[in-house]
Amino acid sequence: MAGARRGPNWLLVYAVAYMVFLYAPVVLLPLFAFNDATIVAFPLSGFTTKWFTVLWETEALHGAVRNSLIVAVSSALIATMLGASAARAMARYRFPAKKGIVGFIMLPLVLPEIIVAVALLVMLMQLGLSLSLWTVVAGHVLICTPFAIAILSSAFQGLDQSLEEASLDLGESRWGTFRRVTLPLVMPGVVSSLLITFTISLDEFIIAFFLTGTDVTLPVYIWSQLRFPSKLPSIMALGAILLALSVLLLVLAEWFRRRAAARQGKDATAAGGLL
Amino acid sequence: MTARPIIELRNLSKSFGAVQALRGIDATIREGEFFSLLGPSGCGKTTLLRMIAGFEAPSGGSIVIDGKPMDGIPANHRPTNMVFQSYAIFPHLSVAGNVGYGLKRKKLSRAEIAAEVEAALEKVDLAGYGSRAAHELSGGQRQRVALARALVMRPKVVLLDEPLSALDKKLREQMQVELRALQQSLGITFILVTHDQEEALIMSDRIAVMFDGQIAQMASPEELYRTPRTRRVASFIGVMNFLPARMKGESPEGIEIDIPALGSARIPRDRVPEGLRPERIESIGIRPEMLTILFDEANSAEREAEGQVVANSYYGDMTYYDVRLAGQEAQVTISMRNTAGRSVARPGTTVRVGWGAESVVLFD
Repeated sequence: MAGARRGPNWLLVYAVAYMVFLYAPVVLLPLFAFNDATIVAFPLSGFTTKWFTVLWETEALHGAVRNSLIVAVSSALIATMLGASAARAMARYRFPAKKGIVGFIMLPLVLPEIIVAVALLVMLMQLGLSLSLWTVVAGHVLICTPFAIAILSSAFQGLDQSLEEASLDLGESRWGTFRRVTLPLVMPGVVSSLLITFTISLDEFIIAFFLTGTDVTLPVYIWSQLRFPSKLPSIMALGAILLALSVLLLVLAEWFRRRAAARQGKDATAAGGLL
Repeated sequence: MTARPIIELRNLSKSFGAVQALRGIDATIREGEFFSLLGPSGCGKTTLLRMIAGFEAPSGGSIVIDGKPMDGIPANHRPTNMVFQSYAIFPHLSVAGNVGYGLKRKKLSRAEIAAEVEAALEKVDLAGYGSRAAHELSGGQRQRVALARALVMRPKVVLLDEPLSALDKKLREQMQVELRALQQSLGITFILVTHDQEEALIMSDRIAVMFDGQIAQMASPEELYRTPRTRRVASFIGVMNFLPARMKGESPEGIEIDIPALGSARIPRDRVPEGLRPERIESIGIRPEMLTILFDEANSAEREAEGQVVANSYYGDMTYYDVRLAGQEAQVTISMRNTAGRSVARPGTTVRVGWGAESVVLFD
């Protein structure tokens, strides 16, 4: 069929342009992170690692990273646990107003975050609760749970119900069945959910900005630093580190999922992963 | 058989919302028997099996297993084990992990479990397969693992939910024979759910034919085939020719009936089903192999009728003829064993049809 069509392949041009638009800014991060100039602009002037040294020496940043990790890990764990319960209920049981309930749980996916953030802030003020990392966790659980449900419900729906019945039939208790059959089989979904919700919470800004007290999270810290042009290159360095970590995390998650799928003799691409 | 009852079902019913899945099921299943629940899809046979296993709670009536009422007793505390239609092999465990799954809860040592697992695998001809992964097994092997996993628990009753329906024809036929032989050698009660009447006939000691949530007839395979009680049972089990008929008279020896298509006959008393009111006879049934085409002049039968071949289907060992009986709308199917030197009768051929009164089944 070669040569059957003349002229440029517009679809290919579009695809390449799309990829450039999507990833060129991301490539700029590591580029300027190692650039020996305070001003973020071309031409590049020389190679340096001093911005990373600056990061290492900034105490406030370390606090922000620690806060973010606490928030992200807590949010991921809570959202995944809630998500697993909801996904299992959705896959297994019929109950009144199921569709409505599910709809309300999934609503934060499409609700503007700023609305959620303001509403939460007003409510917390009314309740007289003081802002802390835990109020940020509460907000993040709210927005992370729909993602966890979306990921986990495909895992639970793909689970043959007769496997759980077979376990009961062989004398195992309900809890034992969950531990020995259900959990190992939905584990890839659980890991995916943990990683996705962790990532969402880690880089979430609006809710964290509204609900945080004196302890800021990393995105809020980065935002506060952007006011000082001299801090920009070190923020670029921070961005480069976060980028590398994200890629590592995603590769790790996908590797874990494929290994689990291969062990069960399933086609890894059919098992419902993210990549 | 005088074996004691192992399962007693008393006036059992089940509704799902407005749908009545089972109505007034009464049955006693004996120890060591191979019992089949046979019926079309949606007749409630699987629901009944799942109720015995403890996956569904009855809406009414009771289940007694081995003398103990099962009300409120969950599946994990019942002396039954199930082979699922999908086999439900745990995909994340090896063959040995699957078979030994239920033993982990019993207080056995590692070595004892390994020995039990190996013994169970041997029973199903899978000795040495313990370390295989679940996904490396063929359909037939999965079925065997599912069976070994149930047998290793030493259940009082093994429940089989269409265990052979996923296998191809040849393997299915082989497994039917093997499963029956295994059941006989173990002496454990098996309850099989199937929609395949041939499978039920081959494997069972007794069969309960179910329609619309009720047991239509419960009998041995031979009795079920020879004397089906209703037209519906008759047409579900094998092929049956139905012809209109009326009672002409009654005598101590039997019932005199008139079958317009074939002639009249006296049906012996022992062929008249209990509870059938002779004056309400509306039709008779006769199996294709109970009718004969008399190819040779010299051949003769107890009774004869005239007919014309409408169509034939050649099966190699057998030929099935559709024959229109003289002066009748009615067609009958006749199966004839193909013998050396006899060619298949073409459509249009006029033939003599032989039949006997003792092969006639009466229906109201």
